[in-house]
Amino acid sequence: MRSLIDILDLTVDEIETLIDTANDIIDNPAKYSEKCRGKKLATLFFEPSTRTRLSFEAAMYELGGNVLGFSEAQSSSAAKGESVADTAKTISCYADIIAMRHPKEGAPYVASLNASIPVINAGDGGHNHPTQTLTDLLTIRREKGKISDLTVGFCGDLKFGRTVHSLITALSRYNNIKIVLISPEELKLPSYVKKDVLDKNGIEYTETTSLEEAIPTLDILYMTRVQRERFFNEEDYLRLKDSYILEPSKLAHAKSDLCIMHPLPRVNEISVSIDNDPRACYFKQVLYGKYARMALILMLLEEAKK
Amino acid sequence: MNIDSINNGIVIDHITAGRGMRLYELLGLDKADCSIAIIKNAASGKLGKKDIIKIDADISIDFDVIGYVDPGITVNIIKGGILTEKKTIEMPERLTNVIKCKNPRCITSVEQELDHVFKLTDRNECVYRCIYCETKAK
Repeated sequence: MRSLIDILDLTVDEIETLIDTANDIIDNPAKYSEKCRGKKLATLFFEPSTRTRLSFEAAMYELGGNVLGFSEAQSSSAAKGESVADTAKTISCYADIIAMRHPKEGAPYVASLNASIPVINAGDGGHNHPTQTLTDLLTIRREKGKISDLTVGFCGDLKFGRTVHSLITALSRYNNIKIVLISPEELKLPSYVKKDVLDKNGIEYTETTSLEEAIPTLDILYMTRVQRERFFNEEDYLRLKDSYILEPSKLAHAKSDLCIMHPLPRVNEISVSIDNDPRACYFKQVLYGKYARMALILMLLEEAKK
Repeated sequence: MNIDSINNGIVIDHITAGRGMRLYELLGLDKADCSIAIIKNAASGKLGKKDIIKIDADISIDFDVIGYVDPGITVNIIKGGILTEKKTIEMPERLTNVIKCKNPRCITSVEQELDHVFKLTDRNECVYRCIYCETKAK
């Protein structure tokens, strides 16, 4: 049974097909409004995530399907001590496809080994979040018309940000991608990502602590949140949280077709005064997330039939 | 030093000097009730020094453990005093319940019944990663 646990479970060609499907859904929504009639998506969210869960639910409803599930572990049988494997086997009797978020890394993979229906990893701790990466790739393709010959800047928490690691990994399979890593010393991209992904794939990259210096070279700026829960002490968090705030003045020397992305939610790392700038793409990115998930649900349900 | 030759059993040879005891423990030989000899720092033309384990019984051993601890080790199977099989053990593609994932955020840290499975992701660098959380084995 085909599932999606890691973005690398998809080939570049399959990602292209998903992006094409998502684009077709955007252009012809009526064509897809009954595609999942009679099908059920189970959203198994063992930790809260309003955005991702609602995106999956909206995606399934727009395909004409139905949704069942829970949004926190306390309201599931996990609170009684049921294993992920047993939950997956049980839900396979009720639904046609599963979207699972779990605080423990690898839990959706365990589910996929035991379910008889496709499982989509909707985030497992700090590990993988492939539908966010699919969303990011769709956004890049729609905004830039291609996923190649681009200089992509990543700014903020590059140490713990799983969306950053995952998108860098996905981009390493495309041609002529240059990466600019913008972060304070404490939050630099881990060396294993540099070695295992960037160096291994011959991706050109530079590291800098200055957002202002980097901005003029960028085609895409991927901002991230400096998360309070990643720090052992409050002092470090408070010292670093405001390090990389994108304000209108910093965009003075940016390209006119820069694409500013953010996985959201933001705290204050992008000033709200940028929201109306045509280069701000982060709310469009949220919308594209729904279409990327629609395309993925369709693909996995189609493959499950075979 | 002389250790009697064995009639039916297994000789694990060409163990990198110093790794014999670790292999002995990982293979669970401390629980076996047959005669077992661990020879440390034996002279070796190939390695200079080597460890050897001689097991005087035809017991079942996990070759994956051997390949993980010290790839390149030779295993000799002896039956009726004759060498019947000699094989060099390479790094296995997968390791099941040989080592445990140390990542406290891994699903294996809370679900006790799950097998601890590692896969070989880089043969040149001898890197094994947990199949669930991808944490590198130490």
